[in-house]
Amino acid sequence: MGQLSSADTTETQADDEVVVEVDERRQAVLDELTARLGDAVVGSHIRPGNDLWVRVDRSAWPAAAAAAKAMGYTFFDFLSAIDWLPSPFGRDMDAQEDLLVSGAPAKEQAPIVQGYAGGETRFQVFARLYSISAGLGVTFKADVPDDDLSIGTWSSTFAGANWHEREAFEMFGISFDGHPNLIKLYLPSDFQGFPLRKDFPLLARRVRPWPGIVDVEPMPGSGDDAEGDGE
Amino acid sequence: MTATSDREQLAEIAAKANDNRVNLDFETEGMTLNMGPQHPATHGTLRIVAKLDGEQVISAEPIPGYMHRGYEKLTEVRTYPQVNALVNRIDWLGSFANEVPFILAAETLMGVEAPPRAQWIRTILFEMSRIANISLFLGDYGLQLGGMTAAFYAFRDREHVLNQIESATGGRFHPNFDRIGGLKDDLPKGWIADTHRAMDKLIAFCDEMDTLLIGNEIFQSRTRGIGVIPADVALSYGLSGANLRASGVDWDLRRDACPPGMVYDQADWKVWTHPDGDCFGRTWVRMQETREAALIVKQLLDTIPSGPVMAKVPRIIKVPEGEAYVETENPLGAMGYYIVSKGELVPFRVKIRSASFNNISIVPWVARGAYVPDLISILGSLYFILGDIDR
Repeated sequence: MGQLSSADTTETQADDEVVVEVDERRQAVLDELTARLGDAVVGSHIRPGNDLWVRVDRSAWPAAAAAAKAMGYTFFDFLSAIDWLPSPFGRDMDAQEDLLVSGAPAKEQAPIVQGYAGGETRFQVFARLYSISAGLGVTFKADVPDDDLSIGTWSSTFAGANWHEREAFEMFGISFDGHPNLIKLYLPSDFQGFPLRKDFPLLARRVRPWPGIVDVEPMPGSGDDAEGDGE
Repeated sequence: MTATSDREQLAEIAAKANDNRVNLDFETEGMTLNMGPQHPATHGTLRIVAKLDGEQVISAEPIPGYMHRGYEKLTEVRTYPQVNALVNRIDWLGSFANEVPFILAAETLMGVEAPPRAQWIRTILFEMSRIANISLFLGDYGLQLGGMTAAFYAFRDREHVLNQIESATGGRFHPNFDRIGGLKDDLPKGWIADTHRAMDKLIAFCDEMDTLLIGNEIFQSRTRGIGVIPADVALSYGLSGANLRASGVDWDLRRDACPPGMVYDQADWKVWTHPDGDCFGRTWVRMQETREAALIVKQLLDTIPSGPVMAKVPRIIKVPEGEAYVETENPLGAMGYYIVSKGELVPFRVKIRSASFNNISIVPWVARGAYVPDLISILGSLYFILGDIDR
């Protein structure tokens, strides 16, 4: 599995000739989380002066919430999921479905590439907590394997996670063990399918072509420079 | 109607409510009250299923989704500038404020920063959206509690702000004015002086509301001590904005974590909190914030730098690979966008953290044990916009 960034905690700084920035405050947070959770921290990423990502093992997902809360991360921001599958539908300019209509051969499915802090599965749950006293936020991630789409609940630690988990449940089909009331939130109870999964087609896009196509026509006189008058 | 004579449930409520008025001895039959989806107190189509025992609420479960527009899915098939037009419609009373965190998140990934003049105007318009949003709340909340006069004053004075937003951006409700790297356009001629006058009117409006609504005895008896939310509960539900500050938490993203691209540090202003955490506190904090916002706008208008309003960005926006989360202090509370980009014209995934979603998820907790008329006070004071819940 490819990764956008170094997942190793020791290599979070930019690699080559770029000035090596070290974010001591976020590094300290990461170190403390690692100390509290041990081997459960399986990946991390720091963007200096901006943000911190921590990926924990699925079994330690509820423990990560409790540990962070004990560290002062008491403000619950959000919880959701990501489907890393590259969309087979009209997300891109040369959407598979649109090409098939025009008779072009089907493209090979692009590989799944996870984001910051790495990952090994198609689905990831991610959540964000904020420490008001420290003024820092942390984004937690955890892998959820395809054959067992379930993970522990945060709602016992953060009451606000209740609705967020219900939303992730109906939109991605991920179940949260121990959730008190895991029913659909927005969708009708008999709705079939998981709308935010990448392989769930957006029907509006199937009946009407991609509106962004207008934006990529070359401007008159700009030649072939797709970047326009930038830089 | 469904009967709720579950003894255990009643016993639990009875234990929790301080003034125990649940009649366990007679075992009166409960009833289910459906509020909405159409209800004046909901700013949209929210349905609340309340189970009652007499006048007391045993449980209240909000049922959102009547207005879900699937923005998180739609963002995956729209270019970044097109997403800007979508996010305008999340909190439709403070539209410009919705654009800003999205644009800032995209700017973080692209590594561009708007020129100083654009940052100033962005902050000014952001605060004007706050005034437009909250001044309606002040009027509407009075209306919900039976005080009709305040609504007329609010609609009259909100017009001054909307006119200024319109003359600068071309849109009263959906400006779509913010751009990655700056703003669509510069300010029109004479706008600064006009806005100064409008802000003076809004400050007078706040003083008026202070006496007309906040100081009203009936209003106070309907809101004081009703729907109390302690700070730790508020934090764990992720309440933000005035709802959190009314519980005594001194936290404002504008002051404490002002993202690059906004200039709140250039003005001298104050974050208001209230210790009580009740409906009155939430209203009072909002009224103070409206006045404070007008003062911020007036200060920034005086120091607005000259220069361009747009940085050099490619005409066709491709955001580099990466993830970014930017959160700002919107009129309704903390609003953020988590953007995952794969280096294409469209975002790979956008998670929209809207303030009302968290703010309203506390309703089952706070409504339990309340009386039916207080339910209106509580819902109104939590102040949600349905577009901000359903997205």
